[in-house]
Amino acid sequence: MKRSSINQRNLPIFVTLGLFVLMFALGSIAFPGFFAVQNFFNLFIDNAYLLIIGVGMTFVIISGGIDLSVGSVLALTTMVTSSLLEKSHMSPVLVIPLVLLMGIALGFFQGYLIQTFDLPPFIITLAGLYLARGLCYVVSVDTIPISNQFFNNVAHFQLNLPFLGQNFLSSNAVVAIIFVIVALFMAHNTKFGRTVYAIGGSEQSAILMGLPVRKTKIAIYAFSGFCSALAGIVFTLYTLSGYALNGSGMELDAIASVVIGGTLLTGGVGSILGTLLGVLVYGIIQVLIVFQGTLNSWWTRIVIGFLVFLFCLLQRFFDSRRGQRKKYFLAAKSATKT
Amino acid sequence: MLSWKSLTNNKLIWPIVSLAILLVFNLFFTPHFFAIQIMDGHLFGNVIDIIKNAAPKAILAIGLTLVIATHGIDISVGSVVAISAGVVAMLIGGDLQGIPKHPIFISMVVAVLVCTLAGTWNGFLVSRIGMQPIIATLILFVAGRGIAMVTTNAMQVWLYAKPFALLGQGYFLGLPFSIYIVASLFILTYIVTRGTALGLFIEAVGLNPTASRFAGINAKNILLSVYAFSGFCAGLSGLIVCSTVMNADGNNAGLLFELDAILAVVLGGTSLNGGKFSLGGSIIGALIIQTLTTTIYAFGVPPEISQVVKAFVVYIICLLQSDQFRRKVAGAFGREVSV
Repeated sequence: MKRSSINQRNLPIFVTLGLFVLMFALGSIAFPGFFAVQNFFNLFIDNAYLLIIGVGMTFVIISGGIDLSVGSVLALTTMVTSSLLEKSHMSPVLVIPLVLLMGIALGFFQGYLIQTFDLPPFIITLAGLYLARGLCYVVSVDTIPISNQFFNNVAHFQLNLPFLGQNFLSSNAVVAIIFVIVALFMAHNTKFGRTVYAIGGSEQSAILMGLPVRKTKIAIYAFSGFCSALAGIVFTLYTLSGYALNGSGMELDAIASVVIGGTLLTGGVGSILGTLLGVLVYGIIQVLIVFQGTLNSWWTRIVIGFLVFLFCLLQRFFDSRRGQRKKYFLAAKSATKT
Repeated sequence: MLSWKSLTNNKLIWPIVSLAILLVFNLFFTPHFFAIQIMDGHLFGNVIDIIKNAAPKAILAIGLTLVIATHGIDISVGSVVAISAGVVAMLIGGDLQGIPKHPIFISMVVAVLVCTLAGTWNGFLVSRIGMQPIIATLILFVAGRGIAMVTTNAMQVWLYAKPFALLGQGYFLGLPFSIYIVASLFILTYIVTRGTALGLFIEAVGLNPTASRFAGINAKNILLSVYAFSGFCAGLSGLIVCSTVMNADGNNAGLLFELDAILAVVLGGTSLNGGKFSLGGSIIGALIIQTLTTTIYAFGVPPEISQVVKAFVVYIICLLQSDQFRRKVAGAFGREVSV
């Protein structure tokens, strides 16, 4: 019984892993030049920001909430960063902590409203989406290119790994990978992480158990705001500019990646590792469509939509089986009583 | 006689008051806001513009009201608007002489049918598979814009068929044609939901699906039909959007419409927790949003910044709807608040 439940919990991750391997294998067979270490590394380089946002989103979704403001907060970070660097000529050493704090503050504000006044996360973060996007235009309507020496140096940094020759990881990929490792530790080995899972499982029980539900729920949104801001810095490094339309629709890309990674949208079940795989699947679909050449890039959205559908179906399937087990359990219990 | 209490208990009163405050504000601070001119037998003016520009969102809001009343949500409507515009544009074709490829009326019907089908798909996922509404409609939200781009081969299609322009730009008896579409859709929906027990059934499903099933209501089919209806409304809205600019742009047609439409419904007094709904409130909600936008334009504020204002409007409305907030305020003033 116990073994099967563990398998069931991990099965979606294995499905995602299988999907990724299958897609990579298909691409390698169909297109020459597809099978390369650098091609695999590029998935991290090109999706570093999505990975970081996805990690924050995973915590939010596991707790049973949702955060729609991530894409706009990312855009606002790119705008504020580039504006402070180029127009106010501030030092990056000051700018980076400042924008990270801004992300945390925005997230904290939303979390506070959601928790204190028992408001729906969907609507509050939707308003956050409007707010951050509007503030972008207050900063500037135009693209702000970055000429700051430090940022340029960091952006062009290449990390060569031993035994892998010319293949490299960029600085944003390194940041994303380190961040995922930290998040893995946070989710499974800290009080915060376990409380997040408990809230998602049943908020009422978590309160009765004496867990700090109120603090944790606000912290989750503040953490998601931090992730968005960090992703914004990574995105700024990636494009070396700030633009108010950056990351529109990214909130849904992030949610899609999290769902493909096997996290249940009802909360309580999910993993950072799954989200990592979800982002990789998302990335490889884009690469496959680029390699294929004749399909336009809009097919990415259709394929992602279809995958979200498949994974939701899978989740429903597991859900109903779990529900049935519960029913048997309850039936057995009432039978012993009478 | 109307007593003060029955007036404040009326659900419509707060949306109407908000709209009135906005209008009075404009009366004093925006010159010529209420000026209406007659040109070629058509009425022109800010007020007419507001009603005309609110039309596509008001139509979406009507469909969404019923969805939200069942404790659901449909975030795919903006993408479905883009699909509708794409389908109708491809069927009519971008012929420079304005000769349509297929009859205009049939093209319109097909576009709306496709969108109704899209809505039915959402309804199927929610009612039969049992997915959460946000997620079920998220699928079409993501894929819909892709589908719209693929229908138009990722190009913007410009239309030149004159009769089609009537929908979004035309006038009838001095008023914009789109007003008549909104009015007839509103009246029809009102009669169908309030003239029969259907409205009550929808509210019952929103309040407690299990109880409503025990009461003999076919909750599954009600859910299916409200999502299908929301798709139908999005299709209709897409036709007007496409006809207003005579262009189908899969990237931008209906972009962020879902947010405005949801906001309109909430402003109109329909709770996101399902249950009681108010169609009239949603129309007023759509008018409030459009008036707010027009007011912001009239003050020379860049249109993009209007989003900041909108965000604060949402925060305020959410706080007013929150019991905790009212209790805290009441505590601060040291008296009980009867809600």
